[in-house]
Amino acid sequence: MSMYLGLWHYWVVIVLMMTGLWVVIAKENFVKKLMGLSVFQVSVIMFYVSMGKIEGGTPPIYLRTDDGGVDLSAVYSNPLPHVLMLTAIVVGVATTAVGLALVVRIREAYGSTEEVDVAEADRAEEERLQLATRGGAP
Amino acid sequence: MNDWIAHLPVLLVVVPLLTAPLCVVVKSPRLARPLATAATFVTAIIAIGLVVWTSKQAEPISYALGGWPAPFGIEYRISKAAAWVAALVASVGALALLLGTRHTRPEVRDGHEHLFYAAYVLCLAGLLGMVATGDAFNVFVFLEISSLSTYTLVAMGPRRRAFTAAFNYLILGTLGGTFILLGIGMLFQVTGSLNGADIAARMAELHTSDGQDAYASKTAHVAFAFLVCGLSIKLAVFPLHQWLPGAYAESPSAVGAFLAGTATKVIYFQLMKVCLLTFGAAFVFESLHFGTLLTALSLVAMFVGSIAAVYQTSLKRLLAFSSIGQVGYLTLGLAFGSQAGVKSGLLHMGAHGVTKGALFIVVATMVAAVGSDRFDRIAGLGKRMPLVAFAFVLGGVSLIGVPGTVGFVSKWALLQAALGDGHPLIAAMILLSSLVAVVYVWRVVEVMYFREPQSDAPLRIDWGAFTPAVLLLLVTIVFGLYSGPVEALTDDAAAQLFGAHP
Repeated sequence: MSMYLGLWHYWVVIVLMMTGLWVVIAKENFVKKLMGLSVFQVSVIMFYVSMGKIEGGTPPIYLRTDDGGVDLSAVYSNPLPHVLMLTAIVVGVATTAVGLALVVRIREAYGSTEEVDVAEADRAEEERLQLATRGGAP
Repeated sequence: MNDWIAHLPVLLVVVPLLTAPLCVVVKSPRLARPLATAATFVTAIIAIGLVVWTSKQAEPISYALGGWPAPFGIEYRISKAAAWVAALVASVGALALLLGTRHTRPEVRDGHEHLFYAAYVLCLAGLLGMVATGDAFNVFVFLEISSLSTYTLVAMGPRRRAFTAAFNYLILGTLGGTFILLGIGMLFQVTGSLNGADIAARMAELHTSDGQDAYASKTAHVAFAFLVCGLSIKLAVFPLHQWLPGAYAESPSAVGAFLAGTATKVIYFQLMKVCLLTFGAAFVFESLHFGTLLTALSLVAMFVGSIAAVYQTSLKRLLAFSSIGQVGYLTLGLAFGSQAGVKSGLLHMGAHGVTKGALFIVVATMVAAVGSDRFDRIAGLGKRMPLVAFAFVLGGVSLIGVPGTVGFVSKWALLQAALGDGHPLIAAMILLSSLVAVVYVWRVVEVMYFREPQSDAPLRIDWGAFTPAVLLLLVTIVFGLYSGPVEALTDDAAAQLFGAHP
């Protein structure tokens, strides 16, 4: 039991991740898909952040001892995963930005941000093209 | 002078990376085009220089970025295999860029051409960075650099479908990238390191130390699963390939040729590194039996990809589906988990990269002349553009793997690996799937040579677009006839990947 409760932060990660993945797969609106994608990415960021935290650890800045030296006996959190996530956050923001820009262009070109409408428009276009070919070259 | 040579591993990435903002700043296609072209060719020369350098020494080149030694700093690690992949990527990248926007001008919006070049060299920098770096997290960063620029490049395609193709690629690509990130995080939990060679050493250490066996560790298993899943999405391994046809077929011609020749190859090399170096062949193939799963997926991909290609009605989509089949051959080489298999994988990477790049450029030449790659438009092209049509047949022959072409060299290596491993059945299936390739190449031949053209007027060949294809096809023929050097090179590279010096 304690194994499941003690590792509660992983449960947060799993729930967030599956929520995001479900939204990406199940929702048919492009903007909602991007939202799901963001939640999905954030779950991994949470995973890294919780990984670097050590129980009872202080922020990874050297503590001074009384005689002015560096306190090496203190427990410090691991800064590396946190630093990595700075990059991952930037990547996430960039991905969302590119994704939203694409949605804007899709809306300009198709007049909709729904997957069904776009697929329908593409199918109709394909049919028109084939009809034109058959008519043009008997 | 020597100082410069010592910095070649990092210049490989820095040159295209710094050219990208320059292209944005100059704001004029007239300046951006020669700038980007020069940068890609310099990069290609650097990559070929690295091939020569690595071939002369037993150890991979190790370059400590900023003077911080591994495992604390970021290390660039150029093995023989890495130099081989980099040379392929940079050369195909340079030749495909010659298509540029002169031939894609109707495809790229006016005033956006310099941005096209910026995204292109950025993508090249990302791909080469993934090849060069020996740091696991750095791989993720470069993966996202190349992916993000690829999404924008695909979206620049001529039809509005390019937007949806790019969007689909973005969703799936980001899922894949995030899986990889998660895998790297778990690997960090197991080993406490991000440097590839260091992780490998610690995995081996944990395996032999008492008390905790890394090979039995659930975290290591899950890390491997996430990494492989993520890479498989980006590699378009069979059930995860949905993004590929759209991305290849809807993107501008130069981008299609570039991606088809390079993107999946780089990811394949990452998969190789993860399986052979990071986790180690003993863990992946003997403890997890990953080879069995990968073999099954590869065989399915070989057939499904090729059979789907038979039913396409436009050239780019046909080539894209053929790529899904060809990825099957790549992963099959790795699935054997043997040195011969890896060698065949490295060979096929080069063979397919050059051939597919050439074919996409040939198609671009056709599109420049007749306006579309649909079968009804290219009908009778054998009479109207005999040279270009013949070039396509030549590339198709190499795709099938007919003796005399480089496609044969790599397929022969794969067959030998299959037989050497004691899988005659798999060898038979390789041959059988090649027959399916004959069918889809023949379909194009039938359309080009035996169907009535829409008009008899001969078409002018755009030599600016066609020359790179001729160069690449010459490479396929030359290395098909004189395969000695590439065989020796990939042999050494595979031996190094398996040897004591990862």
